Amino acid sequence: MSHADGSPTGVIHNIGYRGYDGERLTRRAITLGLYTHSLRGAFGLGRAARSKVVPIGMFVVLLLPAVVLAVVAVVGANMGQLDAPVVPYTRYAMIMQAALAIFVAVAAPQAVSLDLRFHSLPLYLARPLERVDYVRAKLAAMTTAVLILLAVPLVVLYLGSLAAGFDAGRESVDVAQALLGAVLFSAVLASLSVLIASFTSRRGFGIAAIVTVLALSYSIVSSLQGVVAFDADNSAAAGWIGLFSPMTLVDGVQVWAFGVTASTPAGPPSDLAGLVFLVVTLGVVALTYWALTRRYRKVKV
Amino acid sequence: MNRTIVRLTAQGMLGGRRLWLLGALALLLVVIAVATRLLAPVSEADAAALLRAVAFSTFLPLFGLIVGTGAIAPEIDDGSIVHLLAKPVSRHTIVQSKLLVAVGAVVALAVVPTMLAAAVLGAGPRTVLAFGAGALAAGAVYSVLFLLLTIVTRHAVIIGLVYALIWESLVGSFVPGARNLSVQQWALSVTESIAPSGLVTADVGLGLAYGLIVGGFVAATWYAGSRLNALTLTSEE
Repeated sequence: MSHADGSPTGVIHNIGYRGYDGERLTRRAITLGLYTHSLRGAFGLGRAARSKVVPIGMFVVLLLPAVVLAVVAVVGANMGQLDAPVVPYTRYAMIMQAALAIFVAVAAPQAVSLDLRFHSLPLYLARPLERVDYVRAKLAAMTTAVLILLAVPLVVLYLGSLAAGFDAGRESVDVAQALLGAVLFSAVLASLSVLIASFTSRRGFGIAAIVTVLALSYSIVSSLQGVVAFDADNSAAAGWIGLFSPMTLVDGVQVWAFGVTASTPAGPPSDLAGLVFLVVTLGVVALTYWALTRRYRKVKV
Repeated sequence: MNRTIVRLTAQGMLGGRRLWLLGALALLLVVIAVATRLLAPVSEADAAALLRAVAFSTFLPLFGLIVGTGAIAPEIDDGSIVHLLAKPVSRHTIVQSKLLVAVGAVVALAVVPTMLAAAVLGAGPRTVLAFGAGALAAGAVYSVLFLLLTIVTRHAVIIGLVYALIWESLVGSFVPGARNLSVQQWALSVTESIAPSGLVTADVGLGLAYGLIVGGFVAATWYAGSRLNALTLTSEE
């Protein structure tokens, strides 16, 4: 064996490894990478076929009624029966909330519980990635995923209305409002579900807990609102009850801000109440972010 | 039944924090009843409608899902079920013991709170009993169905949710025929048969409902036992 000139001679084992002294990715680039990875994971992209069944299935469940409604709008307008969409854009999320709940319940534990279970967090943190970056990336990915899930059917409905020849200006304003509402829906749903999922490393338990919180709170609030609004004839009190479930909370903001009809027996009773709904919505998102950063400060490496 | 399996399952399902979480869920039902009572004058028909919407269509399926899968899913998940399967105990006995715990939890933390909520809402003794019987029927059938699902597939929770949330509420409200295959409707039929007439309406005939509840419970218990005979452990993706 002959040594290349200039190589150290006293070294016993030199099998030619070289250090890397090129450019390294920054903290931001890694966060962005984690974000895209989590977003793709939420829809099962880059994972086994059976992991795609639920997300894609829920996507189809959410999209199908929108396609049917768009066709109905076009046919109805041609027959001179319709001059506005059958279902207002802002109500779509409320009507399809069971599918939304199942989607976030499956996607959020997928995003965070498995990292806890298989202790992958130390591997992430071995890079120049801070704990808070992890939280931000996961939250942003989940919010984007829910937003995609909600926005695509809304756009389909909107295209249907345009094709039907409804008043384009009015429809554009309506769909813009619904998209703003969808941003709030996705922020609230994503942050709550990620927070719940971050407390368990068992996927099944996380799924059950998230759906229990979302479905049970909605079912309790809407039936309580029904009793109070119709039997006690007290729609103001019924409106305030809407604060206590994530879906009715955001719906209340839509009702107040855009003047649309509520999907539940009662919306916020006054402008002040509407403002409170908005503040609580933003508060929930901020509070869950704070709670998540605290939670992840304690995860052992 | 095997007392050791019953004890271990109860420990796993209700031990530590979990008992408090499930207890809080049960307490919520009673709190809702008290809140409704304070906020509005409630007639017996309102009480029935509220219980139907909250307890029967959301609370019982979710509770059945949690205890039905919780009785065996953790053991299958982490593979420790092989230690249990290696013991000289019939697989049917294992399933029956686990089911006993699940149904016990349903009675203590779902049926009793439902009856309490009905009583708080001012329902008469017969109505309270009717809702108790209906809740027991629903809870028992959900428990055994979800226990069976857990043995059959690793995605039991998701399939159970799709059934409870999408099939029973969404599809059932559009397609009347789907209601024949809805545990909720079977249970409501039991409630209807006991409650004062006109209070609750169900879409499934009483004889059919009783047949489906009892037959379904027995058949699912037996089938779960025989599926446990052929259980294969697969690792998570």
